Amino acid sequence: MASVVIYAIVAFVILGLIFGGLLGYAAIRFKVEGDPIVDQIDALLPQTQCGQCGYPGCKPYAKAIADGDEINKCPPGGEATIQELANLLGREAKPLDDAHEGEKPKQVAFIREDECIGCTKCIQACPVDAIVGAAKKMHTVIADECTGCDLCVDPCPEDCIDMIQLQPTVDTWTWKAPERTIPVKEVS
Amino acid sequence: MKAKSAHHLWQFAGGIHPPENKSISTQQPIQDLPMPDKLVLPLRQHIGAPAQPVVTVGDTVLKGQKIAEGQGFISCPVHAPTSGVVTSISDHAIPHASGMEDTCVVIEPDGQDRWIDKQENPDFVTLKKTELNAIIREAGISGMGGAGFPTAVKTAPRDNIDTLIINAAECEPYITADDVLMRERADEIIEGIEIVARLISPRRILVGIEDNKAQAITAMEKAAAGTSVDIVVIPTKYPSGGEKQLIYILTGKEVPSGAIPASIGVVVQNVGTCAAIYRAVRYGEPLISRVTTLTGLAPKHPGNFNVLIGTPVSHLLKTGLQAPVAKLVMGGPMMGFELASDDIPVIKTTNCILAPSKEELGEAIPEQQCIRCGECAKACPANLLPQQLYWHSAAKELDKAESYNLFDCIECGACAYVCPSHIPLVQYYRFAKTEIKVQKADKEKAERAKIRYEQRNARLEEAKRQKEEQRRLRAEKAAKAKAAKAAAAKEAAASGEAQSADAPKKTSQDDDARKAVIEQALARAKAKKAAKQAKSSNDGSATPSATDKAE
Repeated sequence: MASVVIYAIVAFVILGLIFGGLLGYAAIRFKVEGDPIVDQIDALLPQTQCGQCGYPGCKPYAKAIADGDEINKCPPGGEATIQELANLLGREAKPLDDAHEGEKPKQVAFIREDECIGCTKCIQACPVDAIVGAAKKMHTVIADECTGCDLCVDPCPEDCIDMIQLQPTVDTWTWKAPERTIPVKEVS
Repeated sequence: MKAKSAHHLWQFAGGIHPPENKSISTQQPIQDLPMPDKLVLPLRQHIGAPAQPVVTVGDTVLKGQKIAEGQGFISCPVHAPTSGVVTSISDHAIPHASGMEDTCVVIEPDGQDRWIDKQENPDFVTLKKTELNAIIREAGISGMGGAGFPTAVKTAPRDNIDTLIINAAECEPYITADDVLMRERADEIIEGIEIVARLISPRRILVGIEDNKAQAITAMEKAAAGTSVDIVVIPTKYPSGGEKQLIYILTGKEVPSGAIPASIGVVVQNVGTCAAIYRAVRYGEPLISRVTTLTGLAPKHPGNFNVLIGTPVSHLLKTGLQAPVAKLVMGGPMMGFELASDDIPVIKTTNCILAPSKEELGEAIPEQQCIRCGECAKACPANLLPQQLYWHSAAKELDKAESYNLFDCIECGACAYVCPSHIPLVQYYRFAKTEIKVQKADKEKAERAKIRYEQRNARLEEAKRQKEEQRRLRAEKAAKAKAAKAAAAKEAAASGEAQSADAPKKTSQDDDARKAVIEQALARAKAKKAAKQAKSSNDGSATPSATDKAE
């Protein structure tokens, strides 16, 4: 009788060692660098790098969300991003934070080149290096790379940067969602 | 005819039999139109990069002169359809579902219709394959069946093609442009087919024609006699002229999702394109006109017209109306799109202008709830689940719609045609498709912004690190100078207090350290004095280092 108990204990100890070893190996072999949830959150953010959330970029905000900050502080992302974040994190979707002006249409910065004095202040402010130019040389915006964050507008001493609303082109135009024509009648 | 039916045909799933209404426009031979007042030539009449203008406003151009150059591999040049003066190169309404404007070259005809020097090739059979394809490219030929893919890309010489299929099905109601073209210019089409065949050396050549075009079939069979071109008559069913559907009917092969026909060894060309290829190769005529059907119950003289590319639709309607035009559709009733105005030009892909009268259009039936009858799935020629696509598109669950292979939908409209609830299903799919495309483009841009942001941060970080490094180096230098100075002071000061011996104590004991600092300061002051007294000229070099230390 006693031997059966010993066998069982031995067997379980051996199994425990084997699986412990496997788990230990897997923990080293499949170690995940960094925090995967931060990257997942970052992938959902619009990468405008505008700082309207109060953090100096999308990645820092992603880190803050992972640490428990609210998910409704991103105006460029708007409701769609909040919804996606809510889905990812299993949190309640909230309307956009009141502190923000709400969703704005897509825009890009435009420098009125005649008025630019070449102070490089906007170049330093641009979070995505979308402004080219040199000291005392005219600057200009690479429209394709501009995220429309408007961080360059305030530093400009000449006030020569406009935010231009992007008009849809033949390439970016979308069909409208058909309107549901089923009338809703109020009964009573 | 019997011999031809021996060709085995496959049946694609679904499809519908809408009223054909083709006889409206087949009563007349192809007619010419008077010269319009202006020709509006969009720079993007094809799939791919828009052409770049090579003329400027005020230039006089000749018929057939290149006015815009293709950009890159998938692009097409544009030519002047007649001689005249370029009056503007600016935004003008283009034939696009959005009703938007795009860059167009506007030519005012001078009425002389003078040709440029044409490069005719009576013995084109002796030309090399690359030369032939270059002619096709330079002639600005793009697919004339509807999509407008640059033809030279599809006819690039190669030897892995099994079947060349010529699409002559013209399955959409009302449209008869290919039908009358085959009736009248079958020889040109066959010659064009043989040029394409020489370029891509297919094992067999099949021309698929629906059996509702008896005259065209006869003409084509006569023209094809003695050649390797097989005329295959297929049953009339919409949308058998869809590229993937026609390939299945004729070969039994299915084009994989997201792939092009060439991936299964098939190339498909439209009959109109083949005729254009022949004209370009034999006569050196670029694609400057096409056969377009003007039909519907509103035009007084519906029929097929030889239309110069760029002719405004309003000019076509000048042939006379017998009833007010209820709306203008470019393309057919199933897949066409409504035109916002009649100032929009006919382009290389315009096979039909449909101008229905009010009675013909009937009353719009309001959309009802989906009753999940499943008729749409039965009608879908692409074996999709239109109902699922509809639910997900309507709910804007775009990823789910995509997972049901939304992008395999050819927007033929068969599902909407059979829908008992009159749901404009295709509208939902079109909305979802364009929305997904734009979202993907946004994602891509965001990804780029992220990379740029990270690279910028890395750069700033690196700059900071370098600054730090420089500061450290400077500090080290200063420390060294200090040591040297101390040594010098030691020598200079005759009393020679052992400061250097005190220094290590500084780290071990606070009191000692304090004492050492005081002593050092004293020594420094002494040294300063000594140095000042010793040589007043060398002063300059010693003072800055002392202030450095003080900081």
